Amino acid sequence: MNTDPDNLVIVPRRHYGRLIGAALVLLALAAIVHAFVVGQIEWSYVGRFLTVRTIMEGLANTIVMAILAMVLGLALGVLFAIMRLSANPVLSTTALGYIWFFRAIPVLLQLLLWYNLALVFPTIGIPGIASWKTVDAMTPFVAALLGLGIQQGAFTAEVVRAGLLSVDQGQYEAAQTLGMTRLQLLRRIIMPQAMRVIVPPVGNEFIGMVKLTSLASVVQFAEVLHSAQSIYYANSRVIELLLVAAFWYLIVVTVLSLIQGRVEAYFERGVARSPGR
Amino acid sequence: METSLPPVGAVDADHLAPGAPLVLARNVQKHFGAVKVLKGIDLAVQKGEVLCIIGPSGSGKSTFLRCINQLERIDGGALFVSGERVGFRQVGNQLHELDDKAIARQRRSIGMVFQRFNLFPHLTATQNIIEGPVQVLKQPAAQARERAHALLERVGLADKRDAYPSQLSGGQQQRVAIARSLAMQPELLLFDEPTSALDPELVAEVLLVMRDLALTGMTMIVVTHELGFARDVGHRVAFMDQGQIVELGPSQAILTEPKEARTRAFIKAVRH
Ligand SMILES: Nc1ncnc2c1ncn2[C@@H]1O[C@H](COP(=O)(O)OP(=O)(O)OP(=O)(O)O)[C@@H](O)[C@H]1O
Ligand SMILES: [Mg+2]
Repeated sequence: MNTDPDNLVIVPRRHYGRLIGAALVLLALAAIVHAFVVGQIEWSYVGRFLTVRTIMEGLANTIVMAILAMVLGLALGVLFAIMRLSANPVLSTTALGYIWFFRAIPVLLQLLLWYNLALVFPTIGIPGIASWKTVDAMTPFVAALLGLGIQQGAFTAEVVRAGLLSVDQGQYEAAQTLGMTRLQLLRRIIMPQAMRVIVPPVGNEFIGMVKLTSLASVVQFAEVLHSAQSIYYANSRVIELLLVAAFWYLIVVTVLSLIQGRVEAYFERGVARSPGR
Repeated sequence: METSLPPVGAVDADHLAPGAPLVLARNVQKHFGAVKVLKGIDLAVQKGEVLCIIGPSGSGKSTFLRCINQLERIDGGALFVSGERVGFRQVGNQLHELDDKAIARQRRSIGMVFQRFNLFPHLTATQNIIEGPVQVLKQPAAQARERAHALLERVGLADKRDAYPSQLSGGQQQRVAIARSLAMQPELLLFDEPTSALDPELVAEVLLVMRDLALTGMTMIVVTHELGFARDVGHRVAFMDQGQIVELGPSQAILTEPKEARTRAFIKAVRH
């Protein structure tokens, strides 16, 4: 037997657990694929409807609505987060009330409330200047945008507030010492640093928003799920069309995740991280 | 060197006269809740003077500095910088509290250097320096950048223009912070223990920059435990304890033959 300490053979550690785990996962995947292949699914329909006009329009509506509702949510979120942290009690209490109310009511219910606003207020507008019939103004698009965007603002406000609080007090003081006003220092110094904390959860919320848009089908907004439904009401290919919709959600969310990584990297600049992260 | 000063507690008109002090504190008081932190500070600092403040931890040194540029609000007495009442506007015989904008304006002419540097981590050295001039003083960016590079050269960091704070040593960060304050062309610079967070071998490089600054005639109030700096660069030294200025005088006199027992004890403790 060779016991010369300079001539010992290194045997890499064996990861038996991983091998077994991978085998089990592959097995489960194969079973699921098999089930779908032998199941009552006409895959040719899935392929055929994947890119039809109605679905494409629905997809476009989903993407546009997700972006607009998220932009509205972000704008409201930043505004109310800053108000919530204000020394002015009127502002901070108002923000608290907004966050409390719109976080408490389920999104589906909010969408229905906006859509049916005409039942409460037959006309809306600025008294003496302009007014519209609520039924005309509250289109599915507007109802979906308000319902999704305003509730998103309440959640985003809390995310932004956490971000603002994560920035060191010394940064506020250094900026104040330069003679910056509160809005200047928030915009130039505090927000850019808070973004590091804000971006990951907001990316997460954006992905949530893409899926939340599917709820807007209840107010007749023609997003991708609504489009799929309108087709299967006609041809009864329910599962096939649901799979078409699922495919597109997967694609959109995948693209968003990639963009999120880029944005995070941008806001990491100036921050030293150990290379082994 | 001795600077001639009006008697502490001088009447209002004095600070408006030519040769009046740049900073005048009269019976300045500050409390946090029930704790009295400043118990009536009287002080006058002349233009071009370097005043060093020494004293034990918790004696109110930082609080006093922070009152001067309104990071804290005073609860009693009066503070004047360049003859202007800090935090208030006098209308007839009423004092009106300043709004955010006016406070920001008053702060412009007062620079502050912090113990923990407080550079903006998302900006490079140059960007840190031009932030105030461009955003607050509305200087053209190109001109501000040129001045920033000159300032970086002055503090010995010409080769670190594009470095982020995380890529700089503590001493280098503090020198960038000093350059950042200077870019605002302040009338007064406040230093709150600028070398206390530094490794011993980095202290000298920062003190040298501060000494050069003092030689240009900059008015400086420096809270420090560096008695050597206070003796060589400071014109006068104030010893603070328990929210009061216990002793104030020419630095040589205070540091070598203090009159008060408390001052003597403190200096002895710091020396060891
Ligand atoms: N924001 C605050 N709230 C409550 N108490 C405070 C606050 N800031 C300072 N103090 C108290 O005021 C006193 C003076 O603090 P200050 O920081 O001015 O002392 P200092 O002389 O600078 O001490 P050091 O040498 O440790 O920096 C301390 O007792 C401190 O605990
Ligand atoms: Mg202090």
